[in-house]
Order: sequence, then C-alpha cells, then structure tokens
Amino acid sequence: MVTIITEVSKYLMMILFACYTYECFSVLQKSSSPDRQKHILRRQQCFMFLIHLDAYLVIFAVKQELQVLAFFVVQELLIWAIQLIYRFLYKKASRLVTNNLCMLLIISFIILTRLSEEKAIRQFTFAVIGTLVMLLVPFFIRHIHFLHKLPYLYAVVGIALLVLVAVAGKTDYGAKLSFTFGSVSLQPSEFIKILFVFFVAAMFYHAIDFRQVVITTVLAAAHVLVLVISKDLGSASIFFITYLVMLYVATKNPGYLGLGAAAGSLAAVIAYKLFSHVKVRVVAWKDPLSVIDNQGYQICQSLFAIGTGGWFGLGLFGGMPDKIPVADEDFVFAAISEELGGVFAICVILVCASCYLMFLNIAMQIHNQFYKLIALGLGTVYGFQVFLTIGGVIKFIPSTGVTLPLVSYGGSSLLSTLIIFAVIQGLYIIREDEVSDEKKNNRKGSRRRKRAAADHRQENAKA
Amino acid sequence: MIAYFTYFQVARSEQFINNPYNTRLDSFAKRIIRGDIVSDDGTLLATTKTDADGNETREYPQGKKYAHVVGYAENGKAGLESSYNFQLLRSHSFILERVVNEIEGKKNQGDTLVTTLNNDLQQAAYEALGDRKGAVVVLEPNSGKILAMVSKPDFDPNTIVSNWDAILANDDQNSVLLNRASQGLYPPGSTFKLVTALEYIREHPKAYKNYSYECSGSITADNYTLHCFGNSVHGEVDLKKSMAKSCNSSFANIGLSLDLKSYLDTCEDLLFNKSLPTEFASSKSRFSLQPDAGDSAVMATAIGQGETLVSPLHMALIVSAIQNDGVLMKPYLVQRVENSDGNEVECYEPSAYGRLMTESEAKVLRGMMKAVVTEGTASALASEKYTAAGKTGSAEFGTNKGDSHAWFVGYASAKGSSPIAIAVIVEGAGSGSSVGVPIAKTVFDTYFK
Ligand SMILES: [Zn+2]
Repeated sequence: MVTIITEVSKYLMMILFACYTYECFSVLQKSSSPDRQKHILRRQQCFMFLIHLDAYLVIFAVKQELQVLAFFVVQELLIWAIQLIYRFLYKKASRLVTNNLCMLLIISFIILTRLSEEKAIRQFTFAVIGTLVMLLVPFFIRHIHFLHKLPYLYAVVGIALLVLVAVAGKTDYGAKLSFTFGSVSLQPSEFIKILFVFFVAAMFYHAIDFRQVVITTVLAAAHVLVLVISKDLGSASIFFITYLVMLYVATKNPGYLGLGAAAGSLAAVIAYKLFSHVKVRVVAWKDPLSVIDNQGYQICQSLFAIGTGGWFGLGLFGGMPDKIPVADEDFVFAAISEELGGVFAICVILVCASCYLMFLNIAMQIHNQFYKLIALGLGTVYGFQVFLTIGGVIKFIPSTGVTLPLVSYGGSSLLSTLIIFAVIQGLYIIREDEVSDEKKNNRKGSRRRKRAAADHRQENAKA
Repeated sequence: MIAYFTYFQVARSEQFINNPYNTRLDSFAKRIIRGDIVSDDGTLLATTKTDADGNETREYPQGKKYAHVVGYAENGKAGLESSYNFQLLRSHSFILERVVNEIEGKKNQGDTLVTTLNNDLQQAAYEALGDRKGAVVVLEPNSGKILAMVSKPDFDPNTIVSNWDAILANDDQNSVLLNRASQGLYPPGSTFKLVTALEYIREHPKAYKNYSYECSGSITADNYTLHCFGNSVHGEVDLKKSMAKSCNSSFANIGLSLDLKSYLDTCEDLLFNKSLPTEFASSKSRFSLQPDAGDSAVMATAIGQGETLVSPLHMALIVSAIQNDGVLMKPYLVQRVENSDGNEVECYEPSAYGRLMTESEAKVLRGMMKAVVTEGTASALASEKYTAAGKTGSAEFGTNKGDSHAWFVGYASAKGSSPIAIAVIVEGAGSGSSVGVPIAKTVFDTYFK
C-alpha cells in the first residue's frame, strides 16, 4: 500500500512541480495583465502547497509518526508567515521571488526530512531566524542611505574575517571553512560574499577611473587570495567571477574582462599544480569509475543515484541517497534527482534559473548605479553558485564543495541566501519608489511641456 | 547544464546504473522477482522460481551451454546477469496487476530480456567445441547481433554457489569463469595476415595486384629465419595466393616492406589498443610493433606471431566489417526488453560503430578470403548451400615449437538469409584448417540448412 502512495505521489509531485515551473516563466510574458499575473502567482502557491502536502503524506505513510504531520504544519505556518509578511508589509516586492524562495525552502524541508529528521528540524530553526532577518532587511535597504559610503569598511571587515577563518578555522574536507561555537558552526565566507558585493558596488559607484579600478582589484584579489590559502576554492571562484562581472558591467571595458579571464585561467592552472586536493577532484571528474574506491567514490555514488533514479525517480524512501557522502549538503541535488526524478531535478534547475532571471531583471530596471551593481553582483553570486554545485554533482565540471542555495543543509548558507533574497526584494521596493518618483516628475514635466506647447500655439496664432 | 543532465540520463546513465558498486539495485530485489532471460527463438535461458515458502532460486534450464554469456547472479554477478541487472529488476507489468500485487504484498514479476542469441547455433557451436578449451563467436555483420558465444572450459551456473570453491581452486590453469570469447587474448597467428594484407593494399592501392614473390619455404633476414607452415614450398605467389596458401615467407617479405608507422595506424583503425564497442566486458587487443622495431620482430608480427594479442570477438568484428563493406556494426546481445505479458518495454536497434576500411579495401580482402576456401587452407568449407570465405590460423605459443592454437575466422552468405561471421579458437589444438575449420563448418551447416 505504501508503495502505491509513493509511486502515485512521485508522478503527482513531478507534474505539480512542472506546472509550477512553467508558470515561473509564463508569468514573465509581456502580454500578461497584472490581474492574470496575480492569478498565476496564486496558482503557484496552490501547487506549492500540494507538493508540500503530498510529500509529507508519503513521509508519514512510510514513517507512521505523528510528529511528521506536526512538523508539516509548522512548516506551512512559516511559509504563510513569509508570504503574508511580503504581501502586507512589502507590497512592492516581487511575488515571484517570494514564491520561488518558499518553493525551494519546501523542497529543502522535504529532502532533509527524508534524509535526516534531526537536520531538517535544525534547518527549520534557521529558516525561522532567517525569516526574522528577512523581515528587516528590505526596510534597512530602503531607508538607510549611506550604504554606498562605506566601501572600505566592507572590505576591511570582510578580509579580516576571512583571515581569521584561515588562521583559526576548523578544517573539513581539506578546506578551512568554519568556526564552531558550541553546537553551531558558522561559515563566515557565506556572509562575506554579500559584504564583498556591497564593497565592489560602493567602489564603482563613486568612480570607475583607472586608479579606483586598481585599488578595488587589489582589495578584491586580497579576498580571493585569503580564500585560496584556506583552500576554499569554491568560494574563491565565486568571488572571482562576481568581481569580474561587476567590473565589466561598471566599466563596460572588455579589456578588463579579457585580462581577468587570462588571470583566472592562469590561477586555475597554478591551483591544479599546487594543491593535491584540486588534482584529486579533477581526476575524479575525468574518469570517476577508475578511482571509485577513493577519490571518485562521491561522484560515482552521485551518478549512480541520478542514473538509477532516471526521469521519474524512485519515489521518496525508494532510493539510497544516504549512500552518497554529504547528500544533505553539496550533493543534495543528486538525492533529489534520485528520489523525485530527473524531471523534478530539471525543474529545480529551472526555478533557480527563474530566481537568477529575477535578480538580473531588477539589475536592468533599477536606475541607481549602486543598487544596479548590487543586484548584478548578488545575482552572479547566486547564479554561479548554483552552476558550481549542480555542475559538480552531475559531473559537468569538477566538484567544488559548494552548496545549493536554499536547498542544501547548513545554517550559514541558508541565512546568507535569505539575506540575499531579502536585499533583492528591498531593491524591487526601491525600484517601485523610483517609478513613482518618475511618474511624479513626468506629470510635472508633461504639464510644463503642455503649457509650452500652448504658448507656442498662441504665438503662432499671433503671427 | 540541463542539456548535459539530459545527455547523462539518456546516454551515459546505464554505464553507471549497472556498475557493481551501485548497491541500489539489490534493494529492488525485495520488491521484484528477477526477470527471465530468453534466446531469440524464445528458449528460456534463465528464470527465477519461487517455492511455496517464498524462497527464490535462480535457474538456468540450458545449464552450461550459456554459462559465460548469460552469466550468474550470485556470488557477484557476471555476463548478462550483471550488465542488465537493472533491466531485470524492473517491472513494467500491467499496472492493475502491479497495484493488486502491492496491496496483497506480493512481488512483481521483473521484465524479460530477449537476447539476440540463436539457440540452434549456440548448441551447434557448444557441441562442436566439445571438451577442448577455446571459444566460438558468431554474429550478423549487417546488424551486429551476436548469435552465439561459447567459451570453454565451462561451469554450471545452477550450482555455482555450491561449487564456488572448487571452481576457484584450480582456476589458475583453467580460468573457468573467464569468457574467452570476449576477454581471452591470444596471438592471432595467420588470421592476422588479413591485417597485414590490408596495410599492404593501403600502401599500394593499385600495384598490390602486381605483387609477386618466389617462396622457397623460408625467408631469412637479420639472422632470423622464418619457415612456411609444415615446411611447404609455395613457389611463385601473388598476394591472393599468399593468403590462400597462408604463405609465411611471402607475408614476412611484405611485412619488411611496410611503413611501420602507418601499419600501427591501420591496426588502430581496426580497434587494436582500443576498447571494443561492447556493453559487456571485453578485453583490449594489443598491437605493440613500434616504428623502430627490428626485422625479426617485423617478420614475426606480419604473420601474427610476435607480441600481438587479440580476442576472438575482436577477430569476428574485423571479418564482419570486411563482409559488411567496411562498416562495423556495434555488437550487441540484447534486442529488447519485454514485460511479463510479452509487451515491448525497450528496444535496442542495430547501430553502426563506424567505418574500419573503405568499401574497395573490404572487397579486395573478401576476394582473398574466398580464395582461402576455393583454393586454399579452408577448402572443407566449400558448400552448395552457402558461399564461405575466411582465414585459418595456427598461432604458436609458449616455448615448445609446434604447440599452436587453432584459429578460423570468416563468414558465409546465401541467398535469402542474412550472412553470418564467425571466429573460432581452440587452445593448443594444432592447425586451423584441421581443427578450426570443421567447427565453423558445423555452425554454417546448422545456420544455412
Ligand atoms: Zn610459402
């Protein structure tokens, strides 16, 4: 009986999620009216709810524990809290971004509950804290106007914290990433990503002359270098790419881009020669089956999982995602693909792509150069991180030990991503402010123009 | 990235799914009764019986006959049981039946593998090989379907668990579990003259017809003397006659004239030093003659002695490409997967691997191989029912002069049925024409009856 529920649910969830994903993109069509958009976004919330409900029914059917249902109810409350906060406090925020954030959180809860209930509960706690932070961030972004005046503060704090991790941090999987306070471990680089984007945006907001570019590059390189020394090459490459994109967009100078790309490739070669754990990952990427007993074990297990899951998945609890090392963090995508299916996994990629699009969308629309650069920088951080983690899991690129934002287990990663999303929402609100300002100005302006035209006619009439 | 994900799911995933390290599949067995394996004509090759207490036993009604190709599913897995483990442990039975089974807590019947194997040919090859060590591979050149694959010594897959220790105890000498057809590596002997001839034709696309050599029964170069088989003296031979009579002196002479760099390239075109395009385990054949090799090594290599090693399957692929106008079809063993009601779930169509030689090169080689039957070492294959062509070989091995493996590789065709290609090897049995050819004849006679 349980198998039937699992089997039916697996297809049902796949179809629901496919519908959800489709509407992520259909809502963006230029032709759709605000009413239609509202309708679509509401429908997305229905799909989201049904997927969530269905998944927890399956989990309940398998585990037969009432607390699973209780956990589901609390999660729904949190989701509704987020939705309502943004609906009533921040009307001007993008509702598609809110929906996607909730959808990805739900997927995270589902897969983590399946992998380890204990971790799911911890993740939920972080999500609650994150929601409180998210409540405040858009307000700060909108009302604090000196954010662009502090570039050096961002840089100094960022580099100092990174150095601290490099010196005193805890080592796992060959890289120094985190501090541990009691039972909580903190991964500062997750938050410094945001500071870094603010730093670069503030620098280029004030000037983009050669001197400014050199200073910024030196400080940015310092960030990257400290990360490389801590052997956190995933983060190092995210910082590097983000800087390159922001530099190019700010200066519109393709020369910088070429120079940066050259420096990046050189650095990659040096890293490959210098660090044994980089070499190991490249070997495991080229031919994982040949080194399956050691370096290739993780990626092979991941590919076994994805392959065996096929397009439709094995159903929740039907596979063995616990065979994949760190299935709840870096390799969460493989676990999703195994049990919920390849179609579902592709939809996850598309929803992430939809978020990325919404980040770029606000970057294009907003006029203030500082905010524009922030949106672009955070968008790059997010998009590139998704690319690194999923690419690593499916053996498209060597794995870099980066987590999937919002879905992977990890308090720091979750909190920092929630902050990023909240900043983006703040920018959507600022953009709406800009629009209403423009309207006001336009109205004034058009009145003036009308008057001028009228004067002109009168003069013609006189002549 | 989505594109790569799709590519992985469609093209690469099976390689990973059926990897023995993927323990996920073992858990499938809790819900599914392992599916059957049947031959092309529906003969049951492997099935799972459940007794009244719910205990399952895997049975192989054909016993030892299909031991290597079908393999076994306990004590590790081998053969089709290993490479199609995933397909055997899936059920596509009628959906209502599956739902009913689920509710009653019964297992579902796994899907059936329909192989390309032809029971008559397998039987004929199995019996013809008798108690001797060796292998026979038969395939269809124009589709790549493998029709028979026999390896000896064999074992009984029905009792593999109880006899496991006994099988492993004297495995050093016998390698009972090794599928010699695809994994055994042997010196090719005179069958390699096909490759040497191809290289000569490539270097002399027109002038090869004018080749002429006066065989005095032996050839000497660099203080190394090579004799023709049985110390025969062949007199004046052209290229075709050299092949028909398998004249060692003439081919050693040809070898000495070859551009060794290009010789190596030709061998690699024919998949030496490369993995064969198979879904099942197969060995890489070796050709290691370097461009700076000395005369004695060149002479030995040109007649298939020296360091070269080849698997019977590989030789069968080379002759099937020759038969199929130079194009090699990917060899395969499973033509489709059916659910328990006999409805098709998945179908494996023939697909081309690529061109190994030009159409005209293939044609010239076919002419020579026909001469081997009409006027040479395989004259026993002359028949009214089919036209056969091929090449015999007696590959010397070890230090004892005269110990040799008997080879035959070739093909036969007749109006109204598709041609078949064959490779036969019998270990330490003597000459190809006295031992290899009769086995091929039995198979051809069975197929074209
Ligand atoms: Zn001779």
